[in-house]
Amino acid sequence: MTTLGVLLVLVLLLVVFGLLFRLQILTSIFSGSSAREFGTSNRVNAVLMLVFLVVGGAAFAWSFGDNFNKMNPPIASVHGHATERMFWITMIIIGIVFVLTQILLFVYSYKYQHKEGQRAYFFPHNNKIEIIWTIIPAIVMAALVFAGWKEWTRITGPAPKDAVVLEVMGKQFNWLVRYPGRDLKLGVVNYRLIDATNEFGFDLSDKSGLDDFVPSEIHIPKGHPVLLKIRSRDVLHAVYMPHFRVQMYAVPGMPTKFWFTPTKTTDEMRAQLGNPKFDYELACNQICGRGHFAMKYKIIVDEPDDYVAWFSQQKSFSEQNPDVLASFKQKEEKLVVKKAAAVIETPAAKASL
Amino acid sequence: MAANLPTQAQVQGGIGVTEPHTTHDEHALHDDHHHDQHWLFKYVFSTDHKVIAKQFLITGIFWAILGGTLSSLFRLQLGWPESTMEWLTPVLGKWVEAGKLNPEFYLALVTMHGTIMVFFVLTAGLSGTFSNFLIPLQVGARDMASGFMNMLSYWFFFISGLIMFISIFLETGPAAAGWTIYPPLSALPQAIPGSGLGMTLWLVSMALFIVSQLLGGVNYITTVINLRTRGMSMSKLPLTIWAFFLTAVLGLLSFPVLFSAALLLIFDRSFGTSFFLSDIYIAGQALPNVGGSPILFQHLFWFLGHPEVYIVIMPAMGMVSEILATNARKPIFGYRAMIGSLLGISLLSFVVWAHHMFITGMNPFLGSVFMFLTLIIAVPSAVKTFNWLATLWRGNIRFTTAMLFSIGFVSLFISGGLTGIILGNAALDIQMHNTYFVVAHFHLVMGSSAFFGLFAGVYHWFPKMFGRMMDEKLGYIHFWLTFIGVYLVFLPMHYVGIAGFPRRYYAWTGFDMFSQFADLNKFISIAAILAFFAQFVFVFNFFYSIFRGRRATENPWRSTTLEWTTPIVPGHGNWPGEIPAVYRWPYDYSKPGAEEDFIPQNVPYSKTTSSNLPYENENE
Repeated sequence: MTTLGVLLVLVLLLVVFGLLFRLQILTSIFSGSSAREFGTSNRVNAVLMLVFLVVGGAAFAWSFGDNFNKMNPPIASVHGHATERMFWITMIIIGIVFVLTQILLFVYSYKYQHKEGQRAYFFPHNNKIEIIWTIIPAIVMAALVFAGWKEWTRITGPAPKDAVVLEVMGKQFNWLVRYPGRDLKLGVVNYRLIDATNEFGFDLSDKSGLDDFVPSEIHIPKGHPVLLKIRSRDVLHAVYMPHFRVQMYAVPGMPTKFWFTPTKTTDEMRAQLGNPKFDYELACNQICGRGHFAMKYKIIVDEPDDYVAWFSQQKSFSEQNPDVLASFKQKEEKLVVKKAAAVIETPAAKASL
Repeated sequence: MAANLPTQAQVQGGIGVTEPHTTHDEHALHDDHHHDQHWLFKYVFSTDHKVIAKQFLITGIFWAILGGTLSSLFRLQLGWPESTMEWLTPVLGKWVEAGKLNPEFYLALVTMHGTIMVFFVLTAGLSGTFSNFLIPLQVGARDMASGFMNMLSYWFFFISGLIMFISIFLETGPAAAGWTIYPPLSALPQAIPGSGLGMTLWLVSMALFIVSQLLGGVNYITTVINLRTRGMSMSKLPLTIWAFFLTAVLGLLSFPVLFSAALLLIFDRSFGTSFFLSDIYIAGQALPNVGGSPILFQHLFWFLGHPEVYIVIMPAMGMVSEILATNARKPIFGYRAMIGSLLGISLLSFVVWAHHMFITGMNPFLGSVFMFLTLIIAVPSAVKTFNWLATLWRGNIRFTTAMLFSIGFVSLFISGGLTGIILGNAALDIQMHNTYFVVAHFHLVMGSSAFFGLFAGVYHWFPKMFGRMMDEKLGYIHFWLTFIGVYLVFLPMHYVGIAGFPRRYYAWTGFDMFSQFADLNKFISIAAILAFFAQFVFVFNFFYSIFRGRRATENPWRSTTLEWTTPIVPGHGNWPGEIPAVYRWPYDYSKPGAEEDFIPQNVPYSKTTSSNLPYENENE
């Protein structure tokens, strides 16, 4: 019933608007204003252009200042400081262009509005001006490209040899993390071996995988380069850590990587922000399905000593899942038996030829 | 019935004839014919470029309303993530689960919004409408090179749209992998239900859409090259035609690549190939596919996808140039530089695609190359902007609705274009990629700008389309509401983006780092929904004016181009008599010494001796 009422009100409102509109047309015909080429509306629109510039510009400046603190995620990585600086320098450059061009646009619109008896200035081209405003943007762009290129090659260059290595794997809809264990070597994995317990697809016949461990949160040491090895086991995901200015796709079938150096421990960041509940977070930033918006994982930056202590406490995956290990051992034994059998059978098979 | 249709040869004076002018006699013959056309061939299966243009326009308006409705729905979710959506159950049915929008349906909404707006509204609705309408009228041709192919182009688009429309009502929902349909998500129904039949229909629809684009594009290019009237050299073409021409070239070269991507994806989905799939364990099962690359798809997709944004914006640029000059009563500043920058943009648009893929794991060296090429493309764009500003300088500006939208276009193009300099920088893209900064950037620079170009075009050429004027007052209201609305939506969205909010998120409430902008998101949602409702002012004005608008005169804007030399409502064949010849460039506005403040292109220099420049006297 209420829906019907609302609909009725809407229809009546539309009818009223329609009638008002008709009335306005008729009055403008009677008053003769519809016959004039330039009514007062030309002046009104010109003034509105100026009003838009002033009021809009002021509102923009106010809201930008008002939200400025909220829009800057605190930085916690070495390259993050560099890209942040470049971001705001670029923002200032484009901000200057933005303000100048918008002012010219709206002021010209106002200033050169139609006036009776005035004629526009016939000014079809001027090559000198064209050359000037082609070259200046070109130079500015060249400078920006150069700065960007230098930073980009530094960030994407090879990770230092002593970097802490860990693997982040995306799946629908959470992250799985793996550390190489004491041997500092990630073991072999195979997606065909994945099941409910062996979520990584560990191939435990590879000895270097025996000490790999799978923690429930990421720990990384402050001031030490960290190399993320990134992969996905189903669809595309993207590892996104805004505080570290880190982002890289997780691609099934094509491992990717990203390295960075954290600069503030979780505790330091908590103190800096005055927020005892603060935690670094890892989010997914490539559409991956129903739970895309909820792929959260906690990252903790430790002092190097704490990190070492944490690392040494971790139990390896094979230790925690003896059945998985056992199944691999069985397989291996079968393989050995088969091989032995093959060795015995071979002469017989040859003889039969 | 078919016998009554004028054949193409009659319309054009023979296909393949380099001098495409019908003689007066031939044309009189043709005139007798088209009056007794059956309505079905006059209005539905028409081969007249003007009717086809209107078909594209009205279909485009339908899709725009649908695309806008979808965006209002997901803005409701983003603005009020905690509140109940129960009241939407009568419309959305099972997609509202226990008072909440289904997250998969949310993804379907953003996917369909993007697909509809980019392809059906801003490609077909914009370029389809105005390339069709203006190319023959402005180059001085009786119709397109092939009216029949042109008709096919519309009907392929129509069927493509029909299939996409049906997909919205499927049990498993429409495609939901984002408008970029990256596999494996789009390839595997196990990953998201929308990748079942919904995705199949999306791909079929898009394949038909590409056929439509190619049929149209071949026609536009052929018409511009071969069917220009006497005297209409390439250097006398209005900038609209240059823009449509280069847009068609871009489409013709890049859409086939999307077709191949779609085809390979169909193969992966249905025939067990592994072009884009490798090492996948999903829904408790390891898939046999090995060796494919999801990144390969992205290369193929963006090889179209990036030129596509120029396919969307270049027609708007052309029309805005034309409308700014007409209403500032001033020649467009730097006509040749404007053509040069269009050429530059067209060329560069083919070599910047991978800036969408800086952080996909692509070789960082490639990233450097594409960063370099991407930032170069800012130069021709800057030149265009400066030339528009210089066109306004010392003009004598008439604020028609079309002019307002053109000025709005320039403003939005600047605002959105500048942030591209940030996103094109690979080092900065690490943080900004896939955040709301990107969403704000492209909605301003190609979404809203192209829409403003579309509106400017409709308001400007409406009198030639329907012989009546649109109501100016409603036009002003429409412009100011939309202009303010667009800025209220997309400027604050940059703040959300700088803060790192990821796009295509159903809700940000799960993360502490994305918790600070709940109010701002509510504000954006309100502004977006209001701006959407303001569009109905336009819809009303449009349909009302078709039937009841003030009657137009032959040349209401006192413009110089050829379309205004036709009768108020041109018939099939455009000019009742001979096609006028062209003697001068299209921007002789406010020429010193001339009586009027405009000299149409078809006025010979011999009649304007008082205003001729020295070299023009010798041209005769």
